[in-house]
Amino acid sequence: MMKSLIAFNPFFRQHAPASPFRVMVRKEVGDHIRSWRFIIMLVLILLTFIGAMYVSLSNIRKAATNLNDPDRIFVYLKLLTTSDNTLPTFHIFISFLGPLLGIALGFDAINAEKNNGTLIRLMAQPVYRDNLLLAKFYAALKVIGTLFFSLVLLMIGGGMIITGAPLEASELFRILAFAVLSVIYVGFWLSLAITLSVKFRHAATSALTAIGIWLFFTIFYQIIVNMIMNAILPDPAYLQQDSIIAYNNLVLSLLRVAPSQLYTDAATTLLMPSVRSLGPLTMEQMAGAIPAPLPLKESLMIVWPQVTGLLAATTACFALAYFLFMRREIRT
Amino acid sequence: MENPIIQLNGLSKHYGSKKAVENLSLKINKGEIFGLLGPNGAGKTTTILMMLGLSEPTSGEALVCGINATNNPIAVKRKVGYMPDNVGFYDNMTALENLMYIGRLSGIPEEKIAVKARETMELVGLGDELYKKTGAYSRGMKQRLALADLLIREPEVMILDEPTLGIDPAGIKEFLVLIRQLSRQQGLTVLLSSHHLHQMQQICDRVGIFVEGQLLMEGNIDTLSGNLFGKESYVIQVTVREPLANAQALQQELQQLEHVNKAATSEYGVELSCSQDITPDIVRFFVHKGLNVTGVQKKEYGLDEIYQRFFENNAKKHVQ
Repeated sequence: MMKSLIAFNPFFRQHAPASPFRVMVRKEVGDHIRSWRFIIMLVLILLTFIGAMYVSLSNIRKAATNLNDPDRIFVYLKLLTTSDNTLPTFHIFISFLGPLLGIALGFDAINAEKNNGTLIRLMAQPVYRDNLLLAKFYAALKVIGTLFFSLVLLMIGGGMIITGAPLEASELFRILAFAVLSVIYVGFWLSLAITLSVKFRHAATSALTAIGIWLFFTIFYQIIVNMIMNAILPDPAYLQQDSIIAYNNLVLSLLRVAPSQLYTDAATTLLMPSVRSLGPLTMEQMAGAIPAPLPLKESLMIVWPQVTGLLAATTACFALAYFLFMRREIRT
Repeated sequence: MENPIIQLNGLSKHYGSKKAVENLSLKINKGEIFGLLGPNGAGKTTTILMMLGLSEPTSGEALVCGINATNNPIAVKRKVGYMPDNVGFYDNMTALENLMYIGRLSGIPEEKIAVKARETMELVGLGDELYKKTGAYSRGMKQRLALADLLIREPEVMILDEPTLGIDPAGIKEFLVLIRQLSRQQGLTVLLSSHHLHQMQQICDRVGIFVEGQLLMEGNIDTLSGNLFGKESYVIQVTVREPLANAQALQQELQQLEHVNKAATSEYGVELSCSQDITPDIVRFFVHKGLNVTGVQKKEYGLDEIYQRFFENNAKKHVQ
């Protein structure tokens, strides 16, 4: 009776000890923000952010007055997507650096604890085993989330001061959705890295494997898909238009196995409201369409499969980490 | 009073075809210091992990404070403090921070934690090293910090896996005295595992000898040596200055004495196995005979001999 009173009375609650999960998250967040690797990644991302912003700010006048562009009214979205081809835009940078950030925060999550002998020390405390895994994931995600939201909010604030343009509500939501998407994307690589850290005994092995997977998907995967498709596909000159489209869709679907492709697709759609489809459109579908920006809801509908794909991949990796970790003998 | 706080019933753990622990049954009473003794790889750590619910037994059950460790590990871990054999700390944190982290995880209220951590550090003798990074700690200091880790949670049962590993002899003594003191003062039940016999002899109320996953024998050291060596519990060696002239006759005569089971003579001495301690009688006998005794040694069976005997038996079993 007394116990339940204490648990549910907000007056008493502040005296109750924090749950082990929250204690772990607090420590993990502290560890991350003090660690060198996070500081290095932070500097790297900040530099690309500043570089991308510098390039887009110097071209913003041209972009915002380009009458052929239906997106010209969204100044803040233009800030994120404009480039004069000397530097890639920010979301392209993130599609490269995001994985590295996720891997850096997760590759030694479990195996370092195990090798240092701290894992068994933690497990001897009255805490559930999954709390540790969840805390590792959640703490890193919290740090990443804070990083991305501060970056985009900084961008909006800076843009306001420099351009003086008013911020549309739909623009703000698109940018926030972009930040959420980026967090999910990095979250995927994080959960992959944590899974590998459970699987492999040495931190170096898990880091190298994670980087290997990342390189495979960013560089080799597209080459391999294109090579195979070129070998298999008949000459397009002899094909009907709808079968060309069908083949094209097939190639695109295969390319979308790569998480970076999903991320770039989704980010492009969110940041460029005039993007109507991520696949090829037929002339009939295009007939009567006015090149105008889509409402936010429509853009979200287009990226929904991509977001679901990323979330599913993240969940699958994390579930695998759980499966491996819960059955693991923890003695060294 | 029979009040088992740790009770193992037919506990077994198999890794594939390898039997790490085989049908282990054991009772440890409250307030007792129990030593689990065995060579490396005997299954000591596996047994301990099963008691904590960190490893699933293949069959049997482990009850700690009346709670089944496999089904309800959290409740068991709340009552049991465990010190692993090669404990590690977060090297980038100070000792106090490390200790406070464990304190928080075990649910000590935030406002009490700093005071309590400090007190515990004083108790284990690390009062001057509170703010040192654990990376700079020596092995012995880490071991003490691990003990503090355990004490801050005020457990009912302490399980120490090879607690003396890697500490220098003086440190070991201090450490064991500390553990014994704590156990006596606070009525803690202590389970130690080790392969160091002498240390166990110093501190344990009872020991269990554990070889190849089986508990061969348990009891206090006297009973153990009695069981093992049967009647020949006392061995007395007498050395003389001149070579024995009439060894055969002497041997005969010695064997006539009461309590002597066996006498063996060599050129300069006699070795007697007795069922009771009759050293004074033996010395008197020698003096009577006019032999110049240069030394009398009474051999008591310590764990060393017990251990040795086990390995001999074991080795024999293997050969067969």
